[in-house]
Amino acid sequence: MIKARGILAALALAGLVSAVPALAQDKSITVASTTSTENSGLFKHILPLFKKRTGIDVKVVAQGTGQALNTGKRGDADVVFVHDKTKELAMVKAGDFVNRHDVMYNDFVVVGPKGDPAKVGGSKDVVASLKKIAYAKAPFASRGDKSGTHAAELRLWKAAAVDPASGKGSWYRETGSGMGATLNTAAGMNAYALTDRGTWLSFKNRADLVISVEGDKRLFNQYGVMLVNPARHAHVKKDLGQAFIDWIVSPEGQKAIADYTINGEQLFFSNAGK
Amino acid sequence: MLPLQLESLSFSAGDTAIIRGISARIEAGPRTIVLGANGAGKSVLMRLCHGLLRPTGGTVRWQGSGCQAMVFQRPVMLRRSALENVVYGLRLAGKSRREALLRAGDVLEAVELSHRTHSPARVLSGGEQQRLALARAWALGPDVLFLDEPTASLDPAATQDIERLIAAIHASGTKIIMTTHNLGQARRLGDEVLFLNKGRLIEHTPIDRFFSHPASSEAATFLKGELP
Amino acid sequence: MTDLSEAFAAAWTLIAGFDAELARVVGLSLRVSLSAVAIATLIGLPLGALLAVGRFRGRQPLIVLLNAMMGLPPVVIGLVVYLLLSRAGPLGAFGLLFTPSAMVIAQTILIVPIIAALSRQSIDDAWREYEEQLRSLGAGPVSAAMTLVWDTRFSLLTIILAGFGRAAAEVGAVMIVGGNIDGVTRVMTTTIALETSKGDLPLALGLGIILILLIIFLNALAAVTRGFAQRRYG
Repeated sequence: MIKARGILAALALAGLVSAVPALAQDKSITVASTTSTENSGLFKHILPLFKKRTGIDVKVVAQGTGQALNTGKRGDADVVFVHDKTKELAMVKAGDFVNRHDVMYNDFVVVGPKGDPAKVGGSKDVVASLKKIAYAKAPFASRGDKSGTHAAELRLWKAAAVDPASGKGSWYRETGSGMGATLNTAAGMNAYALTDRGTWLSFKNRADLVISVEGDKRLFNQYGVMLVNPARHAHVKKDLGQAFIDWIVSPEGQKAIADYTINGEQLFFSNAGK
Repeated sequence: MLPLQLESLSFSAGDTAIIRGISARIEAGPRTIVLGANGAGKSVLMRLCHGLLRPTGGTVRWQGSGCQAMVFQRPVMLRRSALENVVYGLRLAGKSRREALLRAGDVLEAVELSHRTHSPARVLSGGEQQRLALARAWALGPDVLFLDEPTASLDPAATQDIERLIAAIHASGTKIIMTTHNLGQARRLGDEVLFLNKGRLIEHTPIDRFFSHPASSEAATFLKGELP
Repeated sequence: MTDLSEAFAAAWTLIAGFDAELARVVGLSLRVSLSAVAIATLIGLPLGALLAVGRFRGRQPLIVLLNAMMGLPPVVIGLVVYLLLSRAGPLGAFGLLFTPSAMVIAQTILIVPIIAALSRQSIDDAWREYEEQLRSLGAGPVSAAMTLVWDTRFSLLTIILAGFGRAAAEVGAVMIVGGNIDGVTRVMTTTIALETSKGDLPLALGLGIILILLIIFLNALAAVTRGFAQRRYG
């Protein structure tokens, strides 16, 4: 019986050891980014190019923008790559991050049911469209999760002088989830939703949803990258992290971003330093 | 270890008194049978003497130290071979594995279970398992062997085997203290009787006198009411 | 229904094609959950055994607490472990967050109560049967506990398999403490969550089918073991 215990212990140790990241291979960084960026497939495209250039492994933890910024603030990541410029700049000012750069932008679109109950299909005016949706009390699925997308959505409601909270529980549905999950809900409920184009292009469960509103300059979605402040967190891999930032704003990185397409359509438009 | 001295021994479970002030002196030699109706307290008395229960009053006093063993109505076998079950008891008693294996083998032969040495103990028949339990106890070379209704669950053939075995163990020098419901068995195996009623010791007499001339009315009623 | 047939097709394509990414994900799921159940057994089994055999004040409340902890929500355990392992937390210096080790830790915490409480129950039942005889033979509580563990080994194996199944099936804890990092901390359950959120439902279902097959296999293994034990040892 003692032998069996010994075998168990050896198995446990072996499992634990093999599960612990090999310390020898320490050329890696942790990047906290957003689920929309991850779901678009951008990282699968650009990270191998970065690894080829520098030999650095990038481990992407995909969370909502709010959570990613919090992860960086706690020091659980080396670099943060999100899309909420206002918040990012505020946190740089507060000393949580340093070396922030614009990287790329994509746009949001409003998707909705083919039947288009609020009659906003084909519009290029997102603010007017949101007013119409609220007036018609047409179902609208919101992320409601403090993400960059959610923040952008709330700004647009404000511009439309509509308080979506008034519709909570009836036509305005907050899912508290990531973009994909919210689109699943919208597809299931035949509701309108605000989504980034990248997630929409790679989303496979569209049901009756189509793009209703696009092209408004106010749907412009800016991504930024920044380093977790090494003065606050001594363990941050500042050289490797900075190498990532330098690469992604370099002509090579910017080209890699611009080259990423889904079905021939470009998702992200590089604009570092512009 | 003997004589065993019981002084005003009492045992209560919660509010219920099960053993009320029993005093007795149990000598080495005679095979002692504990008799009584259901609920008289026979099994509890055995467990108090063996040390499985702690008295709530009075004392159990042995003379010096030694080895006791107990066999229960239902044999409790470990999920291992017959041999290993006997070895288990010997190892607990401090014997080395080699000694234990030798002794266990000898005892299994003495109880005629050699052909079952490596069989899983739990697939043996009821009678074989009880023989094995006796073997396990006997292997320890006990000064005293307690038996609590050892044949109550067995058929007549198995019962005979067990009775023969108990006689052999007694012949090898072990004191036997046993309870039984079977009056015929009591007469066959016993030399003296401890008769209990409602937790009290009513009679402590040689066996023949108990059956032919019970001194108490309770004993008389008991002997009339029970069928052998 | 087309979703279901697409799902089976997706599952079959993945398995038959020895898809490398699938292999990596399944491999990591197994390594994490097996490590967790091994450690949880080393902790939980002696705990359950001693709790079954020991007699001390506070034993009953401890048993009730252990039974209650079987119902700990994985996502809550994940959150607590996250707060502990985060750089901003007390154990941050180890840098374990977002690694498979963190996942093992979280799942171990999840399964220890299960193994301890269920083995306690099993051994307690056996103790009821064996107690008088073992004590008569002179076994002390620790020796008796070890004897009981060996004697109930087949029931205990079933309990360990159940613990493994619970670990392999949960997503809340490993998602939070692992971060679902591609190639590093992505396991079967978190992949299913990810693919669902990408709207790739057939693929998610396909992976789900594979996971269910694994669980069924484990249960069959447990049943066969019990049958074998019954026939062989009685």
